[in-house]
Amino acid sequence: MSATILTIALGYAQVALALAGCLVGTRILRGPRAQDRVLALDALYVSIMLLFLVTGMQLGTAFFFEAATVVAIMGFVTSVALAKFLFRGEVIE
Amino acid sequence: MNPLQAVPLAVAIPVAILVVLGSTLTLIGALGFARLSSFYDRLHAPTLATSWGTGGIIIASALMFSAIEGRAVIHEFVIGLCIIVTTPVTLMMLARASLHRDRAEGSADLPEAMRIRPDPPALD
Amino acid sequence: MTRLIPHPVLSLSMVMLWLMLTRFSLGYLILGTALSLVAGRAYSALHPAKPRVRRWRVIPRLAATLFRDIVQSNINVARLLLTEGRGTRRSAFVQIPLKITDENALALLAIILTATPGTAWLEYVVETGTLTLHVFDAAQADHYRDVIGKIYEPMLMEIFE
Repeated sequence: MSATILTIALGYAQVALALAGCLVGTRILRGPRAQDRVLALDALYVSIMLLFLVTGMQLGTAFFFEAATVVAIMGFVTSVALAKFLFRGEVIE
Repeated sequence: MNPLQAVPLAVAIPVAILVVLGSTLTLIGALGFARLSSFYDRLHAPTLATSWGTGGIIIASALMFSAIEGRAVIHEFVIGLCIIVTTPVTLMMLARASLHRDRAEGSADLPEAMRIRPDPPALD
Repeated sequence: MTRLIPHPVLSLSMVMLWLMLTRFSLGYLILGTALSLVAGRAYSALHPAKPRVRRWRVIPRLAATLFRDIVQSNINVARLLLTEGRGTRRSAFVQIPLKITDENALALLAIILTATPGTAWLEYVVETGTLTLHVFDAAQADHYRDVIGKIYEPMLMEIFE
């Protein structure tokens, strides 16, 4: 019984998060400006991180947790570096 | 054996509700990305995913793994902490960068009063 | 004591983080403590402004208020996004004069406002003490002005000043 409930809920979550990633991805492609793309990239990182967590729950392994942590931290570093670039035109001064 | 069978029903129901809530909020936020027309409006869309979207899923994950392993598994909250601390930094930096660029270009996204910075930019 | 542990709160939270990521055991506790002490020393080499928390008792109340606000504005923004295009929602830039000047209080306010869906922190001008916010729903601009001026600012002042 509980396996059925969880399979349905986690399956729904995977589809919803994948769809969210696709919607955010269209914004990366459409732009129109650089800051729109960076903001969308940051949101894409969050959706992928959540997708990893949900996949880990479905498979019952803690292995995906590490991947999710790395994605979360990488997303932050990427977005901050890109935002800095947009602000000044140079990453390292 | 499917590891999901080891989860008792009393835990499975809140876990399912939280996962559905979290992923739905993330999806609504992503929908905002596709529908909203200005950058400053879209700045609000990812906060749905980073507040209750992430919150719901990490709480569900912690609950489920605690039930499976029979001990308190709380390492998911490290991700939550990381997201809470880093999202404002990212969004504020992007907002400032965008404001800076819009002012330099005299973009129509900004109202008339916002076009000039109130004081000379600080050199940091 | 101060020389050995320059940043007790930072070091303690690093130990907690270390133990959350690994299983609790004596070995990890010792290793985590050693690492956090080194990290505290390294951090003090950067000479950060030391946060001075006056009243710890206010923090739980602040957290509770923030939690309620986040839940409420999640519902609001989700509803607005779903009805986008049909409703008459307009966003607005709002300027708010702030009374708080403490750096740490401002940083905390920035985190609060950005974490809450519906408001985004755009810029703060130190000379005039005005904050520019972007509000998702212009109809709620006055509500946010009230919430910041009457709820969050007094609490932050109580904590830091």
